[in-house]
Amino acid sequence: MATPTDVVAEVAPATRDLVLDLHRRMVRIRRFEESSGKLVETGQMPGFLHLYVGQEAVAAGVMSTLTDDDQITSTHRGHGHAIAKGAEFRPMFAELYGKTTGYCKGRGGSMHIVDTGRGMLGANAIVGGGIPIALGAGFASQYRGDGSVAVSFFGDGATNIGAFHESANMAAVWDLPVVFVCENNGYAEFTSQEQHMRLTDIADRAAAYGMPGIICDGMDALAVRAAALEAVERARRGEGPTLIEAKTYRFFDHQGIKGMRIPYRDPAEVEAWKTRDAIRLIEAIGVERGLASPDDFAAIWAEVEDEIVDGIAYAQNSPDPDPADILDDVYTVSTEAQK
Amino acid sequence: MTTRELTYVKAFNEGMFQVMAEDPDVFLIGEDVAGYGGVFHMFDGLLDAYGPKRVKDTPIAEQAIIGLGVGAAARGLRPVCDLMFMDFIGVAMDQIFNQAAKMKYMFGGAVSVPLTITTAGGAGMSAAAQHSQSLEAWLAHVPGLKVAMPASAHDAKGLIVGAIRDDNPTIVVLNKRMLGMKGPVPEELYSIPFGVANVLREGDDATIVAIGRMVVEAQKAADALAADGIHVEVIDPRTVQPLDTPTIVESVRKTNRALIVHEAVEFGGIGAEISAQITEHAFDYLDAPVARLAAPFAPVPYAPILENAYVPDAARIEASVRRLLERR
Repeated sequence: MATPTDVVAEVAPATRDLVLDLHRRMVRIRRFEESSGKLVETGQMPGFLHLYVGQEAVAAGVMSTLTDDDQITSTHRGHGHAIAKGAEFRPMFAELYGKTTGYCKGRGGSMHIVDTGRGMLGANAIVGGGIPIALGAGFASQYRGDGSVAVSFFGDGATNIGAFHESANMAAVWDLPVVFVCENNGYAEFTSQEQHMRLTDIADRAAAYGMPGIICDGMDALAVRAAALEAVERARRGEGPTLIEAKTYRFFDHQGIKGMRIPYRDPAEVEAWKTRDAIRLIEAIGVERGLASPDDFAAIWAEVEDEIVDGIAYAQNSPDPDPADILDDVYTVSTEAQK
Repeated sequence: MTTRELTYVKAFNEGMFQVMAEDPDVFLIGEDVAGYGGVFHMFDGLLDAYGPKRVKDTPIAEQAIIGLGVGAAARGLRPVCDLMFMDFIGVAMDQIFNQAAKMKYMFGGAVSVPLTITTAGGAGMSAAAQHSQSLEAWLAHVPGLKVAMPASAHDAKGLIVGAIRDDNPTIVVLNKRMLGMKGPVPEELYSIPFGVANVLREGDDATIVAIGRMVVEAQKAADALAADGIHVEVIDPRTVQPLDTPTIVESVRKTNRALIVHEAVEFGGIGAEISAQITEHAFDYLDAPVARLAAPFAPVPYAPILENAYVPDAARIEASVRRLLERR
């Protein structure tokens, strides 16, 4: 696939706080994902895992422009979005372990992490399923005039489904405060972009809806942040949606770390992308510009490691759900309807 | 309580007016619902009364219409999303059954989805296979959804209000051939709770459980049978999800015979579930196997002569009851 190009330049010089903030978000994602992958592959945790390792710059860069009032919808590969939005490891690990203390009380698992208090409206295991929901979240922002925005994350594959087209068109025609973030990792599961669309740049699709399309380097958190700032501010001004294409790469397999061992990617391609590791890049930028030292970054890695150990122990020691409660929360018990 | 005669569609429309006046979080979107008032005039006047912020015409984009409703509902608004013809739910089905229905449960109770979907189902207008279906069994099969099938003007108003006030995703299925039917409707705002059947007529000889417009046909059949000294009980479940099983079972324990009538195809229809419930809960009371009268297992045909053969009517309901009574 094509070499990613950095189209949007940094809008403002990075500060020490920003560099450390982006780094912390990305390291939290990386270590959560590596740890979860090991727990599943060694049989200690159930379920499917679609790991976000490699794409951390996208979630970190976008989320650094949002507040807890801003809403996001996510994907089957959603841990990174939740973590970058501020989700805690204890209820995240607990959810993956299927425990009552999890974000979904053990009802959702890896593909359905939700954190409404932080504006995380839920991960979605139907490819493209979260895109129309973000439309509604943005509609609610516009309806209430509260200045918040909605951001929908999805992959290159999702831009081929009808829900993307319908949502992009409606968001544009109603000037909804929605940002569409396409994380183009080059593969729809095991099928390469060349095999699933004629376009090289998915951002070109924006023109079909009368909205701006922005390409950014999805391995560079500062570049992603710059693109997101432009789109988010445009949405907050009431000028409507933007499509951002972040060109990125998934280091692990579609599912799990080792995956199904289907030889769909050239190992040389994987290794080439790994040389552009987003975490190493932000560390290099921080040191090069004199904003942070290697010790600063080492301290973040160490803090996150403590948080991982604590989160796993918490999950392992949490109670299992009671099968007697299996029907709880199928419906909201409504008193209104009895008026 | 002042009551007057209104058509089914006007009663529905009045319910929309009143519930939108009551709650500023209620808004309406759909294809041609604003400027045109909906192709069945369900939404006439709402744009003038509540303005373009709350009453909006959408592109033809059923997934986005329902998905927008899901997202807005998850943030606490009360969207009414219209799908015009029930057949169009297929286009939006992912947002209905994978998203709206499941968010509450799979997110551990963190999110409620007070979304109302309105649509019009039913055959009998030569609208053919893609504008005539009754797909309520699909919807009733999905945990998390609630499905209403109003069978009178009174219920069209009460059930749309009940649906919008409900904190769950609800689908209100109007019947196209009932739109102009008149009935008594109270002027003031009222709601009908989901899951409470309406026993329209009491009788000892058999129970007819009828869905949607078949309630009207069942009442006609009951009149004809009464002239012959046969007294049937007619039950309208009003909502197929939740289903008021206790009321149905209690009736069958009294009458010992049951006929279920719906417009949807018989195989796998809601009648199969009702029949199973009766068999499980009233088997020892039955004097005959539970009977069903429904559409044959085919798409809805176009030619009037075929369509008339397809949809059950009063005469066939009457004949089915007579056959049911012959069983000893």
